[in-house]
Amino acid sequence: MSGAFNPSCPIPRSDYPQVLLAHGGGGRLMSQLIEKMFLPVFDNPYLQQQHDGAVFEVNGAKLAFSTDSYVVDPLFFAGGDIGSLAVNGTVNDLAMCGARPLYLSAGFIVEEGLEMEALWRVVQSMGQAATEAGVALVTGDTKVVDRGKGDGLFINTAGVGVIEGELSVAPERIGPGDVILISGDIGRHGIAIMAQREGLTFEGAIESDCAPVNGTVQALLEAGVEIHCMRDLTRGGLASGLVEIAERSGFQIAVDELAIPVREEVRGACEILGLDPMYVANEGRFVAFVAEGHAERALEVMEAQAPGEGAAILGSVEGERSKLVTLRSAIGARRIVDRLSGEQLPRIC
Amino acid sequence: MKFIDEYRDADKARECAEALARVTTRPWTLMEVCGGQTHAIVKFGIDELLPEGVELVHGPGCPVCVTPIELIDKGLEIARRSEVIFCSFGDMLRVPGSQEDLLSVKAQGGDVRIVYSPMDALALARQHPDRQVVFFAVGFETTAPANAMSVFQAQREGIDNFSLLVSHVLVPPAIEAVLSAENSRVQGFLAAGHVCMVMGYEEYEPLAEKFGVPIVVTGFEPLDILQGIYMCVKQLEEGRAEVENQYVRTVRREGNRPARDLVGQVFRVMPRKWRGVGEIPQSGLGLSPAFAAFDAEERFGVARYTAAEDADCISGLILQGFQKPHECPVFGQRCTPEHPLGATMVSSEGACAAYYRYRSRQPVEEK
Repeated sequence: MSGAFNPSCPIPRSDYPQVLLAHGGGGRLMSQLIEKMFLPVFDNPYLQQQHDGAVFEVNGAKLAFSTDSYVVDPLFFAGGDIGSLAVNGTVNDLAMCGARPLYLSAGFIVEEGLEMEALWRVVQSMGQAATEAGVALVTGDTKVVDRGKGDGLFINTAGVGVIEGELSVAPERIGPGDVILISGDIGRHGIAIMAQREGLTFEGAIESDCAPVNGTVQALLEAGVEIHCMRDLTRGGLASGLVEIAERSGFQIAVDELAIPVREEVRGACEILGLDPMYVANEGRFVAFVAEGHAERALEVMEAQAPGEGAAILGSVEGERSKLVTLRSAIGARRIVDRLSGEQLPRIC
Repeated sequence: MKFIDEYRDADKARECAEALARVTTRPWTLMEVCGGQTHAIVKFGIDELLPEGVELVHGPGCPVCVTPIELIDKGLEIARRSEVIFCSFGDMLRVPGSQEDLLSVKAQGGDVRIVYSPMDALALARQHPDRQVVFFAVGFETTAPANAMSVFQAQREGIDNFSLLVSHVLVPPAIEAVLSAENSRVQGFLAAGHVCMVMGYEEYEPLAEKFGVPIVVTGFEPLDILQGIYMCVKQLEEGRAEVENQYVRTVRREGNRPARDLVGQVFRVMPRKWRGVGEIPQSGLGLSPAFAAFDAEERFGVARYTAAEDADCISGLILQGFQKPHECPVFGQRCTPEHPLGATMVSSEGACAAYYRYRSRQPVEEK
């Protein structure tokens, strides 16, 4: 679509007169919002990359810049909290640009009445996460809103990182033969949050996978792995990440269902709830598209960086320019993987 | 994972498909009744393993899909009321009524909540005695016992701020309707394993006899479905028309007695409208007179609503096995999961949504 200003149509046509939760769900409705509303108005080459962050040069230095807001409910969950999430999320977005994350900002929107103890725990957690990820929180802002006008605490973080060398990672760089790796098992963050929110208990606690991935990315680069594209798998999960890359690159991506690492307890929870782990959120997982011949080394590095996390080779990029993700199912048949239209909703039976 | 992986084994699936090919001598058309099976067939690509000529058509067993549009409108009307907490299973939230869906009502301020069990809705009623808690009781026989239990408990505990918006339908009358249609192509059925887990399969025996069709009670994993198809085709090839049970690890002939008794006590059999199909006599459940006080339609005065369906939507033909989703001219065009014309495009168990998600996005004419 063109970015031309059209005075007769001030609000882009949408199927919904009001914003739905699904518009922020990472699925197709959110893509429509971005494509119909944000992109045409803010249009510029950096935004057009539609990456996890923008990449640009300042006086010869190549920088990456990214931002994300965190509204998770509950604030504390098995394996993390809104603070560690806010640091790791932006660190990971920068890492996906191939950058070494350096500096973060933090904006706090606090609801009147929040326990000071809770805020303290979040702040401490952010400090610890920043130390682990090797970044500094260098600027910030605090606002307090009336009771009932926030959900305890919202946090926005933005971050800057530096891209060293000639590295360029983007969906456009992938090509036939590229091998797709995933840095660990999928679905734990989403299921941990859902379990806590809905009071569901499963045999063996399911902990969020919330973690910084910049260490692994750095190690891959240092090992000389030729990375063509990376994507961290947050909302919308593995499926949405792969579909986005297939659509932007134009190539067909083929993955093997049996190769996708999912822990038994997450599979069990998904079976019970009628969810597909491929669409469940993660907070410390990414896919890397690497040059053919670099896959084994990449896998070794991933396993060394995060032992026992389940890094795996998922599939490869094919020659066909179909823009589709195909999945070889457990019984050996092929099908399409699509992005979700909205939130993944549990089934009736 | 135990009880899952062994039923998704690729080698066994191939063996089963080969055995099926060996017994198949001519074309057969089978209907899998249940939307859960449709979903599994398309998701795992089971139909790609079938021998040439063995065709699966997708039946009316998606509870979300067959819920008539006026019942959705009734739900929307109730959910808009400020005193109401409207509880539903997740996949009803996106089903379009004549104007909008429950997610839109939620965005406008309606208190719409996803629950995982009607008992969760009852717990909400206990917690909020000043609010009216309504549960959208959608489903086939599978969900009926839990829904019955919620009302039974509410009555026993004297919880009067709880009610059900009932949209319960039954499988055997739907099978009868499909077979009674003049131009029906269906020669054999895979009956829904979980429905039969509750109800047993005695009631299918007269149907198999009357219409001369084999009916195989079938599970939901790929190997279950392949084996169900094999058993059904084998009967057809041998000229038999019996009720057989593939899902023996779960289903007994008499079903689950206590569950059936409870359903019989709380509900009564009545005519029901099926979205896209029309009214089928004695094809659903409503609250029995002893529990009529828990009927949300009466409590909120919406019992007499009617609404018309979109004329372009052929979900009725799809639900009866006359057409496949991609044969619909508006499939993937005017009708998509973001803008569904019919419920078969909404629920993950709906045939149209399953085709859209796992297959092509174009109607066949444009390929």
